[in-house]
Amino acid sequence: MFKGLFTTLREWVRKPVTVSYPEQKRPVKARFKGRHVLRRYDNGLEKCIGCSLCAAACPADAIFVEAAENTDDERYSPGERYARVYEINMLRCIFCGFCEDACPTEAIQLGDVYELSFTDRSAAIYTKEMLIDPVPEGRQPTPQVTPPGVYTRSVPEMKDPQD
Amino acid sequence: MAKDVTLTIDGQTLTVSAGTLIVDAAKKAGIDIPVFCYHPKMEPVGMCRMCLVDIGRPVIDRVSGQPVLDENGNPKIQFAPKLDTACTTPVSEGMVVVTQSQKVADARREVVEFILTSHPLDCPVCDKGGECPLQNLTMGYGPGQSRFAFSEKMHLAKHVPLGELIYLDRERCIQCARCVRFQSEVAGDPVIGFNNRGRAIEIVTFSEPGFDSYFSGNTTDICPVGALTTADFRFGARPWELLSSASVCSHCAVGCNQTVNLRREAAQGGKLAIKRIMPRQNEAVNEIWLCDKGRFAYHYVESKERLTQPLVRKNGELTPATWEEAIQAAAAGIQEAGDSFVALAGGRLPNEDLFTLRKLADARGGKALLSTCMGGGDLVAQVGLTAGSNLAEMGKGSAILVIASDLHESAPIWYLRLKAAAKRGAALIVAGARPTRLERYASKVIRYQYGEELAVIQNFLDGGVEEFSQAENAVIFFGGEGMDMLGTSALAQACTALLVATNHIGRPNNGLVPVWIHANIQGAWDLGFHPSASLARNLAGAGAVYIAAADPAGDDPHLAAALDEAKFVIVQELFLTETARKADVVFPAQAHLEREGTFTSGERRVQRFYPAVFAPAGTRPDYAITAQVAGALGIELAGRAASLAFLRLAAEVPAYQGLTYAKLAQTSEQWPIVGRGDLYYGGTAYENKEGLGVQLEAACQKPGWHAPAAWTGRLPEHTFDLAQMNAQGAVWLVPVVRLYDRGTTLTPSSLLEGRLVRPFIALHPETAAQLGLAEGDLAGFETAGATLSAPVTLDETLPRGAGIVPRSCGLPLTFPRGVKLVRLTEEVKVG
Repeated sequence: MFKGLFTTLREWVRKPVTVSYPEQKRPVKARFKGRHVLRRYDNGLEKCIGCSLCAAACPADAIFVEAAENTDDERYSPGERYARVYEINMLRCIFCGFCEDACPTEAIQLGDVYELSFTDRSAAIYTKEMLIDPVPEGRQPTPQVTPPGVYTRSVPEMKDPQD
Repeated sequence: MAKDVTLTIDGQTLTVSAGTLIVDAAKKAGIDIPVFCYHPKMEPVGMCRMCLVDIGRPVIDRVSGQPVLDENGNPKIQFAPKLDTACTTPVSEGMVVVTQSQKVADARREVVEFILTSHPLDCPVCDKGGECPLQNLTMGYGPGQSRFAFSEKMHLAKHVPLGELIYLDRERCIQCARCVRFQSEVAGDPVIGFNNRGRAIEIVTFSEPGFDSYFSGNTTDICPVGALTTADFRFGARPWELLSSASVCSHCAVGCNQTVNLRREAAQGGKLAIKRIMPRQNEAVNEIWLCDKGRFAYHYVESKERLTQPLVRKNGELTPATWEEAIQAAAAGIQEAGDSFVALAGGRLPNEDLFTLRKLADARGGKALLSTCMGGGDLVAQVGLTAGSNLAEMGKGSAILVIASDLHESAPIWYLRLKAAAKRGAALIVAGARPTRLERYASKVIRYQYGEELAVIQNFLDGGVEEFSQAENAVIFFGGEGMDMLGTSALAQACTALLVATNHIGRPNNGLVPVWIHANIQGAWDLGFHPSASLARNLAGAGAVYIAAADPAGDDPHLAAALDEAKFVIVQELFLTETARKADVVFPAQAHLEREGTFTSGERRVQRFYPAVFAPAGTRPDYAITAQVAGALGIELAGRAASLAFLRLAAEVPAYQGLTYAKLAQTSEQWPIVGRGDLYYGGTAYENKEGLGVQLEAACQKPGWHAPAAWTGRLPEHTFDLAQMNAQGAVWLVPVVRLYDRGTTLTPSSLLEGRLVRPFIALHPETAAQLGLAEGDLAGFETAGATLSAPVTLDETLPRGAGIVPRSCGLPLTFPRGVKLVRLTEEVKVG
């Protein structure tokens, strides 16, 4: 009986291993694979060039991309092509991260958000507006008007990934 | 026939005809030699060096002329000191070709590396990415790594419009010259070419408007990189995302085989949308080409103007109604009309629908009429192009007569094929009242005056043109330019008589080909529809008119007036046309891309098309509508499926006996091999897996057939006298076909808008001067109580005393007419 009581008392003084979610949240690990985010360059242009390689790589067929052509008067991303429609069906996504690997511009990244719950199926489809980073402070939102001949390259020079 | 040659490629011994290039011989043996600049439809140039192989030839003893043998008794093979291009070297006896050696692999790797020195490798945004020969061959044969820094590459303009249809990306171009060669060798429109040299070399267009060719879209298919893209598909989708569906072009009588590429689109609310139309290989019809009309003019299918609900006239107004109401209203109208029922079909209605409509007309004791501007389809059924014909087989010893037709405008792919036949040595005789494009390649040009077409044929009959009467095989293409219905019927009759007299019937590559201006007019003739010389009277006197896929009111003011007199008008249409506005009941029909069916081409090839996109809600296919109306009248017709309608058709129409959808879907091996994994060889045209169609037997092939006696006899010299007409102050105003007209199926394609023809009246300067007209003046003439007008253009190549206007471009003129042209002032125009 004392043995049992001792266990109880010991647990009383121990720091709890649980947290009281959702008031309290744990930081996620560096390689955590949460909801996708679409990144922007520092100047506010979208990194996504609408190439659909993420959709091609996706084993769950969760990504849908429709591309259109950029002009200097109406520029969303560097180069000629941007994603006019970008949708991810979170009910289908298996968070494998293949899209991240396939992306030639590091535009799509699996972020930290893991709170994904929906009350109907259509709410599970995340559109480009929901996925994309906010425009950096002091920068124009896309589409931007850009000087001609500056943003001609779709795919930036890439360095090997660093951890 | 060329003699056969036996050679060895990679240890595989094969026999091919002499003159075959090594690259083709290897392809036939299933050995892939990578190429960029070589294309099986064009002359080799050996520019890209990708096809380098090791070639050895047997050593021949100079004294004996016998091959020298080695110690084992095998012929001694001497290899060339350097590698040779397989695409420019023809095979020779005893040749040994090695394509799989370290030496060859090294050469290929270096060629790819060299080509990539200036290639941007922007595959993620490139439209060709995924179906790109350069991508595939780099993966297969190239170096894994680049030794070139991106910043050191040539950086050139990436958005260069060569006209509004085709865009050039200078950076991606690898200077293979396939497009330049296609335009000059195949299309005969050398409107693009190389400018500058070395690294500054670029593709430029010389024409105004840019890249002014009806065949420009084909260059994007054969471009081995993404340098040439169409404005239509630019950034539209990635190739691997596309679904495909087989179809047949509905724009002219050639019947080009197509593949429709589709994908679901958010812009269309998640529905399937047509992304592009690609050629589907059929070596007997369109080979691997398409004209730009066939490629780009499909947007009418997704037009917002499409009818999606039946309309019934109530209190003088067309008001939306339910299908049930509309069918009952139509049936009641037909019931009331008794036997004064007229069914009028247009030339783009598929066979199943035509058959169903004719059965309805028969059951009501009515007439089945065809809306067309040419006669002679009954004769084509008798002596049409014989089953087993292929224009690609016509060459030396063959003769082709083209009369009263501008094939470049009305059937561009026939133009390509006749041009190629002339190049192979066929005698191409072009007879016309005015110069046409095809005359450039003709061995003989015959110029006649409008009205004297029959005299030209009489000259042939009298043996005046030996190359035709002596030819082993002969085909006549006849059009209807400058003639009315009776005129074309007489011309068809004369051409038939000529073919019979010179015995050019009943054998493959002989016969009569009509240049119909719609896709399925031959089908309509075969299924019992005939044009009426007094169509206006037929319509006006009818108790009920049932019009499907035709717009008589829009075509001709006389017919519009006649329709007003008809008691009850039922129209099946895609759009609310002039005719539909006059109707009592309008049914929304489906476009051919939305349903199944068959077309019969001018060469009498029955070809099957498949549904590509979903039809808009509320529409039904034509055959189903007709069958439902018939059902309400107590007539049982096949309306549930096109295949059922076709089965009945095949059982009842002798010429189509034995045909089934399964038969039409059969294919056989075709050369060149295109559309498989090896896109680099033939371009991105699709392999034909969905059916080559069946060419119908002409009636004259049946045993016991005799030419009716009425077919012989001297032809009249004139169908009418132009000089006499001119003496009375009238001008013979001839509607001519222009490829980019303003028909309902073309105008919704905004891409082509700049190229659509504006109405004009073209006259010879002397004729214009006599009438007091100058360039740019507004000229008008009276018809059906209204004045039609268009600006005058002067053209010295036109015959005097006649003028031309573009057909279906805003001037409603179906048949040529003698008119008194007057100069209109601005005030009249406003009034």
